Amino acid sequence: MLSKLGVKILGLCFVLTLVGLSLAAEPVTIVYWQYEYATKVKAIDELIKRFEAENPDIKVIQETFPYEAFAEKVAAAVPAGVGPHVVTLYYGWLPAWQRAGYLQPLPEEWFPAQEIESEFAPLVQAAKMNGQYWGLPTGVRTLALFYNIDLFEQNGIAKPPETWDELIDIAKKLTIWQDGTLVRAGFGMAPDGQDHHLVREVLIRQFGGTPYSEDYHQVLYNTPEGVRALKFYTDLALVHKIGEPDFPFPGVSGYYREGFNAGLIAMIVDGSFAIGTIKNGAKFRWGVAELPRLTPDGERHNFASFWMHALTPRAQGAELEAACKFIKFITSPEAMELWLQMVGELPARLSLLSRPELLNDPIYGPFLRALPYSHATFFVDEARQRQIMIDAILRVIRAGVSPEASLATAAAEEQAVLDAFWGKR
Amino acid sequence: MPSGVSDRGKGGRGLTSPPFMLTLSRRRALWAYAFIFLPLLLFAFFRVYPLFQAFHLAFIRWHADPGQRTFVGLDNFRRLFGDPRFLQALRNMGLYMVLAVPGQVILGLALALVLNALPRGRGFFRAIYFLPYITPAVAISWAWSFMLSPHLGVVNRVLRWIGLPAQPFLTSPAQALPTVAAIVVWQYIGFHIVLFLAALANIPKELYEAARIDGASAWASFRYVTLPLINPTLVLSVVMATGSPTIGILQLFTQVLNLRFYDPGGPLGSTATVVIYMYQVGFKRFELGYASAIAVLLFIIIAVITLIQYKLTARRID
Repeated sequence: MLSKLGVKILGLCFVLTLVGLSLAAEPVTIVYWQYEYATKVKAIDELIKRFEAENPDIKVIQETFPYEAFAEKVAAAVPAGVGPHVVTLYYGWLPAWQRAGYLQPLPEEWFPAQEIESEFAPLVQAAKMNGQYWGLPTGVRTLALFYNIDLFEQNGIAKPPETWDELIDIAKKLTIWQDGTLVRAGFGMAPDGQDHHLVREVLIRQFGGTPYSEDYHQVLYNTPEGVRALKFYTDLALVHKIGEPDFPFPGVSGYYREGFNAGLIAMIVDGSFAIGTIKNGAKFRWGVAELPRLTPDGERHNFASFWMHALTPRAQGAELEAACKFIKFITSPEAMELWLQMVGELPARLSLLSRPELLNDPIYGPFLRALPYSHATFFVDEARQRQIMIDAILRVIRAGVSPEASLATAAAEEQAVLDAFWGKR
Repeated sequence: MPSGVSDRGKGGRGLTSPPFMLTLSRRRALWAYAFIFLPLLLFAFFRVYPLFQAFHLAFIRWHADPGQRTFVGLDNFRRLFGDPRFLQALRNMGLYMVLAVPGQVILGLALALVLNALPRGRGFFRAIYFLPYITPAVAISWAWSFMLSPHLGVVNRVLRWIGLPAQPFLTSPAQALPTVAAIVVWQYIGFHIVLFLAALANIPKELYEAARIDGASAWASFRYVTLPLINPTLVLSVVMATGSPTIGILQLFTQVLNLRFYDPGGPLGSTATVVIYMYQVGFKRFELGYASAIAVLLFIIIAVITLIQYKLTARRID
């Protein structure tokens, strides 16, 4: 016969076993944050559904915030330990977020660097700092020229421009000035849109310059080639008068894109992320072409960027494991296929990039073909560096400063930013 | 000696009113304290505590992990005075103040005087002027961004129609700041008009009649009757227009952010404000320690300016 103590011990074991079983059955819950962008939210919802079906022991909650409030929410939530386990951020924010302790590196056992470098497009290396990867993208974006086919045909223009000179000629035909007022711009100039990238990574290189040293410690664009590139861009407004910054309305998000959709602008340089908005907004036939170059056989260059999924310090233990599984899933080939269909961003994996049907697609093709010659600037302080190049352009157009002086100012300012960052490390 | 007094002196009141019973005035006071206790608690928690937090953060290098935050003394403040973007925002703030505070107060008072003199329709005009104040600042910014477009905006169309040259407005580094200041004056002037109308309505008519009988001119009536009697409202109006979190020009944010959506504070930083810069430093660069130093300095600047304004404008009413 069991003593009273024995019965008690047995009872306790029974209760503990039940508690243990119930805990074991409880799925691990992780929280995923991204900014509100309808197609991306839907795509992640779909991916979560598939992921949870494959991993019944993990539950993923997606939470989204308006773009303007996104960084604020992250800034407050992560230090309080209540934010996301997996967060999506623009790759250019990585140094600031990493330095402030908002991220943890992807564990090497889950994401071996060698594997990433052999399977992902080379530009993804912009997510590497201190020898470690801090995030991975599902989709990547490049720039291309969007043009209004109806306007082209009405004006007897058969095909999109191959060179910048052709672009200027076509834009002149399509630009309308009335009594000193720009009524229709042949080319949509948006230094604060994508054009600061266009100058930095495309024009400076096409004119024979190099924007930065290979390790991104030195600004190298303050050269005659850099000055020619800046002069070329600003001349579009000052000499050729085919467009103007801030046209048509600077108070609207994506103003140049909206101007294109409204038929007020004939051509714009924009990213593949704009495909959805233009598809929904443009009431005319439009096309996409690779960015022009200086001469028909001149060098091609492009700017590539991506949003990446990263781990916050909140992900620890079982949650870290679940978060890693989730990032692996949403950066898998299957997820990238879905992302391309639903969001329109290009796959980040090399295996998907060489598919002929994608390369020859009239919309995605020009973006995809640009990937091999694209550069993803390593920003140490994206907000400041972006502003410096925008100001370099506007000083020439709006304040009458010479391209030489403006670029020299920009180079000195940006070098100070780089020095402050690398010096601190 | 009346019997009542001697009774109280002998403790007779204690018999009818035991020591733990409170007088009516004390009871009223206790109730009042009880009623203000909760709001005070909320105020302390949501306003005072974050203020002290900001003071604390201003002396540290920020890190998401509290264990890795380092005390840097006055480094963040020293950095501020060598930061050209911050100094530009500070200069802009001075310009905004010089343009927008007198703009709001003087125009607000002038319009209130005109409305006050209207025999009919005062309420209608007051509502019209007040409308922009209750319209979301984001909507106002977008609307003005459309209207002020150098090429397609209605303002330049009107200017051309009356034979004046078109203006670049928000796209010009020279014109952008005065343009933003004008929009702010336009948006908040209704608030000041309502304040001044209420103050004007409280001035006894007899004072004006007495002044008229004494042969005072309209200017003299305004100078020696109206102005002294609306002085408290004038002080409030000046202080609100300068530093209040809602309409204070020194805390200008939403309009600047939305008038140039992709280049807030531009062109070339010409419209940047200290709050915009603080926001960019804090939430674009995650340097919350440095952003807090900006917040602390702004707090001190607003407090000092408010005190000076109070000293200069507040007058005792005789």
